[in-house]
Amino acid sequence: MSASVTKARWFPGVLGFGSFIGAVLLVELFIRLGLINRFIVPLPSDIVLAFPRVVIEEEVFRRFLLTAGEAFSASILVTVFGVAGGVLLYQFRLLREATETWVAAVAAAPLVLIYPLYLVIFGRNATTIVMMGFTAGLAPVMLKTLEGLSGTRRVLINVGRSFNLTPWQQFWKILFPAALPTIFVGMRLGLIFSLINIVGVEFLINFGGLGQLINELAERYDLAGTYAAISFVILISICVFFVTERLERWLRPVG
Amino acid sequence: MAAATVLTAAVPPGPAAATANAILAVDNITKRFETPEGVVTAVEGVSLSVTPGEFVSIIGPSGCGKSTLFNIIGGLLDGYDGTVKVAGDLVRGPHPAIGMIFQEESTFPWRTVIDNVAFPLEIAGVAKSERYDKALHFVSLVGLDGFERRYPAELSGGMRQRVSMARTLAAQPKIMLMDEPFAALDEQTRLLLGDKVLQIQQQLKQTTLLITHNITEAVQLSDRIFVMTYRPGKLKRMVKIDLPRPRTSEIVSSEAFGRYVAQIWGDLREEASRGMRADESAKLHHGGHS
Repeated sequence: MSASVTKARWFPGVLGFGSFIGAVLLVELFIRLGLINRFIVPLPSDIVLAFPRVVIEEEVFRRFLLTAGEAFSASILVTVFGVAGGVLLYQFRLLREATETWVAAVAAAPLVLIYPLYLVIFGRNATTIVMMGFTAGLAPVMLKTLEGLSGTRRVLINVGRSFNLTPWQQFWKILFPAALPTIFVGMRLGLIFSLINIVGVEFLINFGGLGQLINELAERYDLAGTYAAISFVILISICVFFVTERLERWLRPVG
Repeated sequence: MAAATVLTAAVPPGPAAATANAILAVDNITKRFETPEGVVTAVEGVSLSVTPGEFVSIIGPSGCGKSTLFNIIGGLLDGYDGTVKVAGDLVRGPHPAIGMIFQEESTFPWRTVIDNVAFPLEIAGVAKSERYDKALHFVSLVGLDGFERRYPAELSGGMRQRVSMARTLAAQPKIMLMDEPFAALDEQTRLLLGDKVLQIQQQLKQTTLLITHNITEAVQLSDRIFVMTYRPGKLKRMVKIDLPRPRTSEIVSSEAFGRYVAQIWGDLREEASRGMRADESAKLHHGGHS
């Protein structure tokens, strides 16, 4: 392959997509050869053929928008409260020392298990699902915000001090932009945790959007349809990454 | 070039005779740090003054308290004995009359060159168009025309330090305080940047206090050099650099320049050796971990 082709801007994207198609074709081949049990993994070609059925008969777009809306609501809550929580932990040493281990433990805990409690508190509705997403995504955003603020290079803080910045200016002009890349790592983690829990709880309580659809299709043993519905969950995940990346580039163009 | 006479004077400890028109007066500064090994005196009885338009350097071996002194004069460090005054005003914290340039790379990576340079003007509340006009002037002054919209990541180390310098100059400080700003750069870049500093100093008559461990750099740029001892850092000698101005880096090949370098190295060698021995002893004491 010539060097000019590999250096082209489009090449990594095409290579990634090509590799994905290659892997799908390989799975198709292995299933047809009987190396993979088709009652466990459906043929990729069957999944593709299931898309029109899932879209038309199962109202996938309505469900997609419902799950995306819940994910969006949870994302806003996670971002606002996670970043604010991280800032509080950074500002107040006592609070940090008292709670950082707890927050880290919460980040690693299988929080989906508390859904019965939320069902009791909020009922079997979208609020429970959004709150589950919020709870799951909060800790990583808090911890990464704290890490980003604490990791701000001393010299940048000293530059701010040398220009007599007020604490407010010091935060908004130096600490926050310096911490943004790490905060966004936390946001991506948190939002993915949220999405996993949102779809998981939809599945468990058989309510709402794509999670409920996956549950119903799995109950009917419609494997191809189940995987087609999972593809829409992946689509939401891609949207979350796309939006956070654009937001980060907008807030902090380089570095 | 006429052979210059090497003028030196031993600096007595304790309060210095105050220079009447000094813009910066450092009086009898002593700073001690509490460490697990006990109290360490970083600097002791340091007194010096800088007059308007003067370029003064403080040179010393590693560990002599140069950076501590830099932080004290810049108002970033408190809990010391003695006083620092800028234009008669007691320094109790970062002072608007003092502009600081740090040893480490200190540009804001999320801001373009022009936005970095305009930063102090933005903080001062200067209107956008006016602050960009002023910032452009300082960008041009440090020779970065055409790079205004670039980000620091797109620049070399030397260019980034020039951005820091332009940012500090944009605040129009009465005294510019520099802590080994070219330490991370190669020798050739350092000499060329020295030329740039000389040119700017000539143009703006900018009072400057440079902290460095580089003898060549100190002699190339300064009117006076204070030599510091190894810990506790005291002023050992003042050397007046009587080389003609305007200067360029070509001066480093002159005979007089060599004599100044030899003279200062004579003073520093003993201190640097003492520092090295202390460092090696500490490494031995701590099982090779420093």
